[in-house]
Amino acid sequence: MKHTLKYLKPYMGFFFVILLAKLTAAVLELMIPSALGDILDIAAPSGSVSLIVRYGLKMAIFALCTATLNMSSNITSSHFIHKAVERLRQDLFQKVSTLSSAQLDDVTEASAVTRLTSDTYNITQMLIGCMTMGIRTPILMVGGIIVALQEDVMLTLVLFLAVPMVTLVAIHGNRIAVPKFRARQAASDHMVRTVQENVTGIRVIKALSKTEHEKKRFDAVNADLAEKTMDASLVSSKKSNTNILILNLMQALMILVGALRVNAGLMTAGKIVAFMSYFTMITNAALNIANILMMVSNGTASAQRMAEIFEKPQDLQVQDIPQDENPCALEFRNVRFSYLGQADNLENLSFRLEKGQTLGIIGATGSGKTTLVNLLLRFYDVDEGAIFIHGQDIRSIEDGALREKFGVAMQSDFLVADTTQNNIDFYRHLPKENLLEAAKIAQAEEFIREKEGGMDYPLAIKGANLSGGQKQRLLIARAVASKPEILILDDSSSALDYRTDASLRRALSENLHDTTKIIVAQRVSSIANADLILVLEDGKVIGQGKHQDLLHSCEEYAHIARIQMEAVGEEVAHCG
Amino acid sequence: MAKTEQIKKTRQPRSKLYSRLWRYVDSNRPLVVTAVCLQTIRQIADLVCPLLSGLAIDAIGLGKGEADLPKVFTLVAVIVLLRLVKYALLHVGAILNQRISSRVSYSLRRDVFQKLLTLPVSYFDNRQTGDILSVLSYDVDTVKNSLVNNIQVLFSLVLDIAISAIMMALILPELMLVFCVTVPLSIAFAVFISRYVRPFFRARSKTLGKLNGFTEEMISGQKTIRAYGRQEEIVAKYAVQNHEAAEASQKARARGALMGPGMNLINNISLTLISIFGGILYLMKRALLGDVSAFVQYSRRFLEPIRRVGDILGDLQSAFSASERIFDVLDEPTETADAPDAKILTDVAGEVSMEHITFGYTEDKTVISDLSLCAKPGSLVAIVGHTGAGKTTIINLLMRFYDAQKGLIAVDGKGILTLTRDSLRRGYTMVLQDTWLFEGTVFENVAYGKEGVTLQQVEEVCKVAGIHDYVRHLPQGYDTIIRGGGTGISKGQKQMLTIARAMLMDSPMLILDEATSNVDTRTEQKIQSAMRKLMEGRTCFVIAHRLSTIRHADLILVMENGSVQEQGTHEELMAKNGVYAALYHSQFENG
Repeated sequence: MKHTLKYLKPYMGFFFVILLAKLTAAVLELMIPSALGDILDIAAPSGSVSLIVRYGLKMAIFALCTATLNMSSNITSSHFIHKAVERLRQDLFQKVSTLSSAQLDDVTEASAVTRLTSDTYNITQMLIGCMTMGIRTPILMVGGIIVALQEDVMLTLVLFLAVPMVTLVAIHGNRIAVPKFRARQAASDHMVRTVQENVTGIRVIKALSKTEHEKKRFDAVNADLAEKTMDASLVSSKKSNTNILILNLMQALMILVGALRVNAGLMTAGKIVAFMSYFTMITNAALNIANILMMVSNGTASAQRMAEIFEKPQDLQVQDIPQDENPCALEFRNVRFSYLGQADNLENLSFRLEKGQTLGIIGATGSGKTTLVNLLLRFYDVDEGAIFIHGQDIRSIEDGALREKFGVAMQSDFLVADTTQNNIDFYRHLPKENLLEAAKIAQAEEFIREKEGGMDYPLAIKGANLSGGQKQRLLIARAVASKPEILILDDSSSALDYRTDASLRRALSENLHDTTKIIVAQRVSSIANADLILVLEDGKVIGQGKHQDLLHSCEEYAHIARIQMEAVGEEVAHCG
Repeated sequence: MAKTEQIKKTRQPRSKLYSRLWRYVDSNRPLVVTAVCLQTIRQIADLVCPLLSGLAIDAIGLGKGEADLPKVFTLVAVIVLLRLVKYALLHVGAILNQRISSRVSYSLRRDVFQKLLTLPVSYFDNRQTGDILSVLSYDVDTVKNSLVNNIQVLFSLVLDIAISAIMMALILPELMLVFCVTVPLSIAFAVFISRYVRPFFRARSKTLGKLNGFTEEMISGQKTIRAYGRQEEIVAKYAVQNHEAAEASQKARARGALMGPGMNLINNISLTLISIFGGILYLMKRALLGDVSAFVQYSRRFLEPIRRVGDILGDLQSAFSASERIFDVLDEPTETADAPDAKILTDVAGEVSMEHITFGYTEDKTVISDLSLCAKPGSLVAIVGHTGAGKTTIINLLMRFYDAQKGLIAVDGKGILTLTRDSLRRGYTMVLQDTWLFEGTVFENVAYGKEGVTLQQVEEVCKVAGIHDYVRHLPQGYDTIIRGGGTGISKGQKQMLTIARAMLMDSPMLILDEATSNVDTRTEQKIQSAMRKLMEGRTCFVIAHRLSTIRHADLILVMENGSVQEQGTHEELMAKNGVYAALYHSQFENG
């Protein structure tokens, strides 16, 4: 909560002015009845119509001033609140974008989305509520108490008896309500995730005729959300109702005390009447405050959820590690890593590459190929060992500088609804020739040319208007466009046919001599010419060397190669 | 898939919007009626209590020793009792109120979600997931917050207004003339402001939807963004949209905030006029001062609720614009309904034929033209060709994700348009390149396609699909929950799970779209016999790059530039020495 309030700080001066304006408006508004009283008490008995009209005009002017002050302060406060929320949301997005992969896995994507959307909305509601009602109501309340105090001290004491009780209920209620609202937001995360899954899996769901099942699944999530929402709101309303009851009972008590005091000759009955009307005013104010408190509980829950993200320590920090002797373009040294801290996903992995060399990685599904890439990109830090680029431990390289070295095409196809050109450029502002050349290298030139508008052809959301192979080629073009120091192609040509794949490899070796290449593949043919090939199995290197060596030294590799060659060989024979 | 330009929908008239929204509230009629009744009782109790306390104060008397203490005690006891009753009523009222509002938001969400599932696949191809999410979370919440919570207050306010009006008419009917001027003025002002702010609230919902769409997209692509170190650029892009959304929201709020003070102004002017005319009436000896004073008291009680009605109307605008977005989804054209006499496809032999099929995702761009083919039961049809040649389109047509513009597709000689979609789709088993798993246990994911599957069956197919060992080593085995974060599970493993899922199905037709593209060769070979078993006896449509896997196909379709260039068996096509032969030979260039 503290963190959220920080965002209001720059506008405190303005809020002070708004407060003054609201205060003035409230006082003016309170003066309207008194002017009205004057009409009836002074002007009317005097028999002068002009005097009545004059007092009337006075009232009208007060009314106009009140309206103007209220309107302008509402507009101004709304302006500043939105500015504050905009900044809060911006910072939150920024923070989310700096979270490490492990941290984001922990928060979950769906929850990150709700925190940026639904939680910021709750905070806006809270702030607006506080600004529009939160100033006027306490003023009325304090004003009421002050006037009441002047009427009779003893009765005001009864009133003060109510104050701690009411406060206690409010605080206790808040303590219960905040976790309930948090549970509500967690249910909302769940709802978001279920919808996300359904949207991405719509083809499978329809194909398996599982819509009824999905309806039921969503229904459970939806009902849970409704239930939790009700739960949270009920705690809040129970709290405010209890406070109304307390105040009402105090009023009854006041009549009793008043009766005794009047009977003892300590006060007049008239005072009780006056006291009652102030009391009504105070009760109404208390009711409003209860409403505000509900928004505050809701907002606090959301603010806590945001704070959780803001408080995440900067993971994967740049460390001060001295330059290694005996540097080479890229080195993995005794690397060990596990995602969950249980079974190792990679163990004791070591290799060295010189500038411009190509590393091929092959291995069964789940053998750790992508994990190796994740570590090199420093999505995760190694548990043991180290990774060096030109002798620098990657943990000692500043984030931006590290990223600039890479061009990556991953299995996940992240394309945005933008032009083909911008998807290749990916916000790096590379010269257009580079982009065109990259498209050529990635064998994407031809299909891009055939598209309407060429490089300006607009991609649909998630690249839905491209085929799998076209998407892959755009991703490869993106990876090579910056002529990176290290190029990583993680199984990124699986949807390409052999001919295109072969042309791609040729183009890569012709155009990117200085780039160190890491190619994760399933086809032996894709990596056969690599300077070094790693054969992975269950996170361990079971073969390391060149194609020819491995054919002899690594049984697994030879086996894979044989299967693939046989398939082709069979075809050759068949053709023959 | 070419993005179809959204046809600008004409907004439905307001009255229709109100009645549609009202239907959601009204479907809880017993609850609503009870809530309103309770509220009325409570308001009456609220009126009685001051009367009782007035009596109690009267009983205290004016001076020392004059109090009728037993009477005071009795009256206070009655007041306390009434207050307790009121508390009970308040509490029950709150429960009812929350129940109604949670039911309304529940039903809105349910309807939107169920609608989503009936929409054609193209709807999802053209929309940001986050924008859809925004409707389900933000828009539904807004309707709940500002519609449901206000409706009951509106009822009680109307009651207040009516009571005060009657009292005033009884005291000084002449002065009511003032309201004949100011009340219409209030109404006109409220209507004017609501109309004026409407487009701003609409813009607010829309920009927020856009921002949420962007947020969701960028968070899902977080890894790529990080790999390229583009966080700053994305944050800057977010800033633009964030600013737009904040601006739109601010504009709507600021304008909405004019309502309260404006109505207050009109009210205060009414009060002024009443005082002036009241004073004049007194001067003309047409009224007693006490009457004027009482009238003024009641007019305050009359005007305050009018002001609050205005406030609520302003607040409701956000609910209306949010509900427009909700109803926009509900009004989306669904997949064309099954023909009224649509038959359920049963006892399928598996003969699939296409006659003169022409199709394009948009009218002006044909992807498939005049395609005819016939797949005999149990035969293997392979679709090959360069990437982007429209191979997946054929699958979209077979599964009726899209319908062809011209031509006929039939299963066992029955036109697929005459069959129910559900039964047609159930006739196929599909394994796609893009694997889809949901957050649930491994067991649930594998058993997803078929009802009543036992753990033993799941284990069996997982063994055959070569993924059993992997699953067994997971922390909770088959009960391990697969999470979105993807810790540990690779794309290939996901694909093997979906293959296992397919193996449980007994549909007569099978579609494999690059089904093993993410599985390495070694594993692929291990599961080859399983794949063969999977294909056995079924009519199979296979998209593959590795031509070796499809050489024995009964029919090979060679697609190029969105149309079928050649079709025939491997031998026929090789003899033709055309596109297929070229494609085939190209494989050896890299041997």
